[in-house]
Amino acid sequence: MQRERLAFRRSRSRRSTAVALVSTLVFAAVAWFGVTSAPGWPRVRQSFFSLDAAVRALPAVLEGLWLNVRVLVVCEALILVLGVLIAALRTLRGPVWFPVRALATGYVDLFRGLPLIICLYLIGFGLPGLRLTGIPNDPVLLGGIALVLVYSAYVAEVFRAGIESVHPSQLAAARSLGLNHRRTMRIVVLPQAVRRVLPALLNDFVALQKDCGLISVLGAVDAVRAAQIASATSYNFTPYVLAGLLFVLLAVPSARLADWAARRLARRQGLA
Amino acid sequence: MTTNADVSTAASVLSVRNLVKRYAGQPVLSGIDLDVAEHEVVVLIGASGSGKSTLLRCVNLLEELDDGQVFLDGVDISDPRVDADVARRAMGVVFQAFNLFPHLSVVDNVTLAPRVVHGVSRELAEARALELLDRVGLANRARSYPDRLSGGQQQRVAIVRALAYDPRLLLFDEITSALDPELVGEVLALVRELAGQGRTILMATHEMGFARQVADRVCFLDGGVLVESGPPEQVLGDPVHERTRQFLRRIIDAGRL
Repeated sequence: MQRERLAFRRSRSRRSTAVALVSTLVFAAVAWFGVTSAPGWPRVRQSFFSLDAAVRALPAVLEGLWLNVRVLVVCEALILVLGVLIAALRTLRGPVWFPVRALATGYVDLFRGLPLIICLYLIGFGLPGLRLTGIPNDPVLLGGIALVLVYSAYVAEVFRAGIESVHPSQLAAARSLGLNHRRTMRIVVLPQAVRRVLPALLNDFVALQKDCGLISVLGAVDAVRAAQIASATSYNFTPYVLAGLLFVLLAVPSARLADWAARRLARRQGLA
Repeated sequence: MTTNADVSTAASVLSVRNLVKRYAGQPVLSGIDLDVAEHEVVVLIGASGSGKSTLLRCVNLLEELDDGQVFLDGVDISDPRVDADVARRAMGVVFQAFNLFPHLSVVDNVTLAPRVVHGVSRELAEARALELLDRVGLANRARSYPDRLSGGQQQRVAIVRALAYDPRLLLFDEITSALDPELVGEVLALVRELAGQGRTILMATHEMGFARQVADRVCFLDGGVLVESGPPEQVLGDPVHERTRQFLRRIIDAGRL
């Protein structure tokens, strides 16, 4: 009897796989036909999906992407440090710390609300415009500063949510052992908080990955700028598509990592 | 009749004087006086909300006092000029819900305070931790994480964590209340052993039978007031106050004594 049931289940699963396959193919065919039958398609294909233009732009765009990756890594490291710091400052209690708390809260309010592109312009063009000695005018550096300022505010809020999700009884236990506030945070609260917010942090990391392309507005020759230069010389938009595709490919591993972290967290919470 | 008056403040490990604590204006403790002498086991009994846990938290300075003083070995630790973190080093607290650190292994939970607060080297702290864990039958779980342990095992680890730096005073806050009935015995056996070793213990509990066997003194709290205090056979067997009698009658009706 068991064998017969297994056979039934197998046939059912074969059937649903077949249905899924057919419906996917039908959908793809409809989408393809819809786009290619559009009156402007030949022209769009030529200026957006030209293999020839893509091959020619590839070296420059790749080189630009390498700059994006370097900016990403350095910025992410700074953002994590600054984010934890701001979140920790916001958790300080007592009237003595009011100015620090207020400053941290003000920072988060300002940079979470400010559109990234405006922050980029203000830092990228405003800061060097002051003509102060020691102020850099390298667009990569200035763009990085703007990214760090804006993303630190987001990441600080993620960390703060994590810190506040740690039960007060954990703090009581740590304090009862004689740990001061700083050690309680570092040894007991933050490790638990970070584990809980890891999926959200990875999500912000993916967002930062593509926003790194915005430093091109300051003139940094990253993947987006390289694509713009290539398209300006060839009157063809394919380099943009190429750069976009490369950004997507870059994001896929991070997205899978975020999924994995979220699943692992769910499993762990199911255990506890 | 024995009262806390015949234990002089100087010889006490812990002295609480006129302790007052309010939550949002409502008094939770209304002028508590209590002494715990060296090697003494004092048990706090009383209904839920009578102030037992709050009293223990105030003694450990986890709550800010609204009035009164707490002396530890004759030093007023409730003085705001005293560093609470330093004062807490002489006390070990065990909580109702264990409160082990879930991201640290058993041995790391136990060695955290000795290493970080008391400056003991990792080798020494771990050797001591393993010795203590061995005594409570958990040496083989030293590398496990708390969520892999039963409630009784977790609570024994929590007790070992509080013992690891040899505190002068142990504070136990209803440490068996969150346990399944069949796991209560193993934890109480450990407390009995600690009492036998001459540890100074102040504990809140609902285990009346245990209080009768192990306590040197039982204190009955009701509505934030210390109503009655004395040897267990007197307070539990022949209480003076009507409120104590009512409480014990309810306990007996519930089959807990």
